[in-house]
Amino acid sequence: MSVLLDKNAKVICQGITGTAGLFHSKACREYGTKMVGGVTPGKGGTEIEGFKVFDTVEQAVAKTGANTTMIFVPALFAADAILEAAAGGIKLIVCITEGIPTNDMAKVNKILKGYPDVRLIGPNCPGIITPGVAKVGIMPGYIHRPGKIGIVSRSGTLTYEAVWQVTQLGLGQSTCIGIGGDPIVGTTHIDAMRLLNEDKNTEAVIMIGEIGGSNEEEAALYAKKYMMKPVAAFIAGTSAPPGKRMGHAGAIVSGGKGTAKEKIAALEAAGIVVAATPGEIGHALLEAMKKGKRKKSGKAKLAKKAKKKK
Amino acid sequence: MKLHEYQAKEIFAKYGLPVTPGVVVKHLSEVDEALKQFPQGPWVVKAQVHAGGRGKAGGVKFAKSEQEVHEKVSAILGMTLISPQTGPEGRLVRKVFITPAVDYVKELYVSVVLDRVNRTPIILASAEGGTEIEELAVHKPEAIFKILVDPIEGLHPYQARQLHLRLGLPQESINQGAKLFQNMVKVFMELDLSMLEVNPLVVLKDGSIHCLDAKVDFEDNGLARHKDYAAWRDPDEEDSRELQAAEHGLSYISLDGYIGCLVNGAGLAMATADAIQHFGGSPANFLDVGGSASQKAVTQAFKIILSDTRVKAILVNIFGGIAKCDVIAQGIIDAAKEVGLSLPLVVRLEGTNVEKGKELLAKSDLKYTFATSMDEAAKAVVASAPAGVKS
Repeated sequence: MSVLLDKNAKVICQGITGTAGLFHSKACREYGTKMVGGVTPGKGGTEIEGFKVFDTVEQAVAKTGANTTMIFVPALFAADAILEAAAGGIKLIVCITEGIPTNDMAKVNKILKGYPDVRLIGPNCPGIITPGVAKVGIMPGYIHRPGKIGIVSRSGTLTYEAVWQVTQLGLGQSTCIGIGGDPIVGTTHIDAMRLLNEDKNTEAVIMIGEIGGSNEEEAALYAKKYMMKPVAAFIAGTSAPPGKRMGHAGAIVSGGKGTAKEKIAALEAAGIVVAATPGEIGHALLEAMKKGKRKKSGKAKLAKKAKKKK
Repeated sequence: MKLHEYQAKEIFAKYGLPVTPGVVVKHLSEVDEALKQFPQGPWVVKAQVHAGGRGKAGGVKFAKSEQEVHEKVSAILGMTLISPQTGPEGRLVRKVFITPAVDYVKELYVSVVLDRVNRTPIILASAEGGTEIEELAVHKPEAIFKILVDPIEGLHPYQARQLHLRLGLPQESINQGAKLFQNMVKVFMELDLSMLEVNPLVVLKDGSIHCLDAKVDFEDNGLARHKDYAAWRDPDEEDSRELQAAEHGLSYISLDGYIGCLVNGAGLAMATADAIQHFGGSPANFLDVGGSASQKAVTQAFKIILSDTRVKAILVNIFGGIAKCDVIAQGIIDAAKEVGLSLPLVVRLEGTNVEKGKELLAKSDLKYTFATSMDEAAKAVVASAPAGVKS
């Protein structure tokens, strides 16, 4: 009934003794997430608010069997924290930290290729939630409701907006993935879309993108070819001037590339219903669902495609 | 963060990249002193502004005599330079760089940027220098060579040598050229840049390669690691409200309109500005007070918005998650009192503690319109702005 995050997640928090790390570890625990401890170098062996603290991820994994981490380590040390988690045996890494230098993430991206079974979400993201089961991140749990709509987004509060509209329609969410607003993120729209496409309990998808890069265009191409489920989308930044970084490090139109207009056109060409305003995201979802299933068998097509390549 | 050419050249020199030194002057009276340092003409006088396209805009002039240097400096200092990169309002030239002219036989283009698709630095280079790379990308993309850089190892020597030859550079300078390309990448990676550009890179008469121009943009996240260079920021070249906001941990971008926006979260802030535009208004700014907006941040944000005299109405759009609506509401009430708010105000609150927030607003003597959805809020604020400014 979900992707990436289910009831088997055993979660640690890297940076648990910091204000934000502790606050959100508690909030995740209250939501029902199995929080099994945290990591702060130099504070191993202590306990904070009922959380066991370890010096290293390796120790935490050995003692708790953790398979998931939530990172709140400060920006200049966060890349190392991601690598430590991967090397320490963590399979799902959710990096909340904002402000990590892009070159650090380029390095991390290359090194993580050596860990094909490790999934990184973020950085600079709200995290991931499977409503009613677990959340690993900073989103307010109560606006969610278990259901069958998958949501993927580069933004935090704009995701809450979409979640809230879905909840108010009486629908709920299967899994919501905040992929993050940086130029280099571990999980992209296309990755998330693929996962939600393959998830039996996701019936439709909302994709929220923004200006900058070509992530949304790539996801649109994927959707056009393989997506079996209805997709609705919104792209933020129609009013953004070129060359300005709109809050998110990745939200910038540079050299005339990455405009909202281009992205919306690509999505529409892929048969995706694009909301004209953020307030219409829920409405766009209903419209997409009314249009019904996109393809009878995306898998058959995939297989055909694979053969052709050979 | 952008740097001026003269600052970028200082960095280049430190890393062994061949540049011609020069002197920066801010006033005509400083020219004689500059000429004493570089008595050998001819010279080039170059406007120092944070924008490209200076040459075509009349911001770069050749001077054959000392007298001409004076004339050119006088013409460029204080001019408003208008290039495709400055926008129609142009930029005031406050500094010029005086440097000995260099004789060259060929112009090329080289830059290092981040390739978001491949998630790694990339070199873009072309034997057709002197033109805008954006133009070349549109009209003759095959003339641009692209070399992916290993984000850990940097540019391999063999890649650098290949690039040198592909660009048609002289065989006898292959080792110098290769070292130069490697060093460019080294600067990009070590200093956490978002862009390094040399346009033009030139071939001198003796076949050696030289950086005639230098452009360096620091990546904002990486700048935290380079405090010494952060001090090189030129506040004259940046929007004062954007700088002020950054000091308070707010993210603010000036836009062209008349409706001030205060929002939590970057995506929601962009979407709010979009919604205003969609319903026929025009946003004056993008302002993200942070996902976990504090009361203090809200007060500061109000002050920055109101310092912009174009603002005729304000829209506050908060989706409380971690941020609590009652805290935000109190922030709005306090800020409005403190700054003596008289403009139309539309408030949209949703999420954590929204009822408490509404109650606080209702009890206060603040004049505002409450909206329950984003679209409703955008429509209301567009309708509230005084007639005549909606053009």
